[in-house]
Amino acid sequence: MVPFAGYEMPVQYPAGIIAEHLHTRAQAGLFDVSHMGQIRLYGADAARALEALVPGDLQALTPQRMRYTLLLNEKGGIHDDLMVTRVAKEAGGGLMLVVNAGCKEADLAHLQARLDRAVTIEPQFERALLALQGPRAAAVLARFAPGVATMPFMSAAGVSIAGIACGVTRSGYTGEDGFEIAVAPEHAVALAERLLGEPEVMPIGLGARDTLRLEAGLCLYGHDIDETTTPVEAGLAWTVGKRRRAEGGFPGAAIILREFAEGVARKRVGIRPDGRAPAREGTVITDAGGTRIGTVTSGGFGLSVGAPVAMGYVDTAHNAEGSVLSLIVRDVPRPARVAPLPFIKTRYYRG
Amino acid sequence: MRAVRYTKDHEWVRQDGDVATVGITDYAQSQLGDVVYVELPELGREVEQGKEAAIVESAKAASEVYAPVSGEVVAVNDNIVADPAKVNADAMGEGWFIKVRLKNPKELDGLMDEAAYQEFVGEQH
Repeated sequence: MVPFAGYEMPVQYPAGIIAEHLHTRAQAGLFDVSHMGQIRLYGADAARALEALVPGDLQALTPQRMRYTLLLNEKGGIHDDLMVTRVAKEAGGGLMLVVNAGCKEADLAHLQARLDRAVTIEPQFERALLALQGPRAAAVLARFAPGVATMPFMSAAGVSIAGIACGVTRSGYTGEDGFEIAVAPEHAVALAERLLGEPEVMPIGLGARDTLRLEAGLCLYGHDIDETTTPVEAGLAWTVGKRRRAEGGFPGAAIILREFAEGVARKRVGIRPDGRAPAREGTVITDAGGTRIGTVTSGGFGLSVGAPVAMGYVDTAHNAEGSVLSLIVRDVPRPARVAPLPFIKTRYYRG
Repeated sequence: MRAVRYTKDHEWVRQDGDVATVGITDYAQSQLGDVVYVELPELGREVEQGKEAAIVESAKAASEVYAPVSGEVVAVNDNIVADPAKVNADAMGEGWFIKVRLKNPKELDGLMDEAAYQEFVGEQH
């Protein structure tokens, strides 16, 4: 167990990180992600109001659909990344946000200070969240709630699982098909035990959560993205909705729209070291001549790839796929190449 | 049966004449978790007691392996480079790291014996 954002979190269960990682890619893994912050926004105009703080086209979200977006600062940097779901009218309407554990108090204050007062903000930090991820996740969950099998990717539904009322979304952060299941805290243990009782399901710790999301090319807040990185630099330009690009009206819009027009000096890229040595976060990246051109922001051994993988920022002169880089690991330059993200073939549900 | 000695950094060393075999302890491998990468010194390199001799990386993090004794590296275990999981499977045996020609066998006297190491590990909890 390790301290993480004020919680005691398991890095791994007895099976170990490799077994947990491979099991999630082959069967189904259950993650306790209750440390993440759930925040409910009420109000008919909540989507429009939240657009003042994020670049996503939230007004285009139909009920029970969700989107990945970013809370931006005035410089166009990323205050946090989050999932936003438009809640059905029958379930009270408004939006449900899921934000990072380490940012949730700051995010709440950020929303309270900036959101239109017509929006009611309700932190639900006690609410539990379980993620069931992997190619067998849908078959497992459908045993309890048959309707989930055909839920579209990035959609939400209110579902009863083993008699427990849950908010289910078809989403996750592993590159696999899967679900995130919000549940009242008093039912969380019973729900987890029911799911773990299924033969395909294994509990997964923080260690494998990190190796899985890295292979899937997904950003970890505070590492791959932070207050100093813009969506364009981070390769998250796709989160800026088309209408928002035309209209602006989000924090840092002038800077971000200029970056769209003129380009950026650095970009987040995938990196494949040529050898077997992993390059960890903080590793200095140089060009062949030894000039520093960037830094690794996440790195490790890609357990499904079977080789080390990393992400980092490099000067845009070197961000083309196949560009040769040097990674300075323990003072020794080691050759590597810019590689496409994700490192694995993602298997999100496409119907 | 040759005695095995241990360091506070969780390396083991087994003397056989003027050569000693070095590895990480079973406790160390259990704490590291799944080993995914090992970097060993070049043959002929002089390692110094308490200084870095090798690198072992688990799925979680990279760790240094310190030489428990000083001397010339006369063998390295390429098997654990090719198959790092051997370190987890048999840390005290097939998962050995290097063999060192002892420069000063007296260095071994300053290391822990099995009983002292087990007590030391017990205090870590």
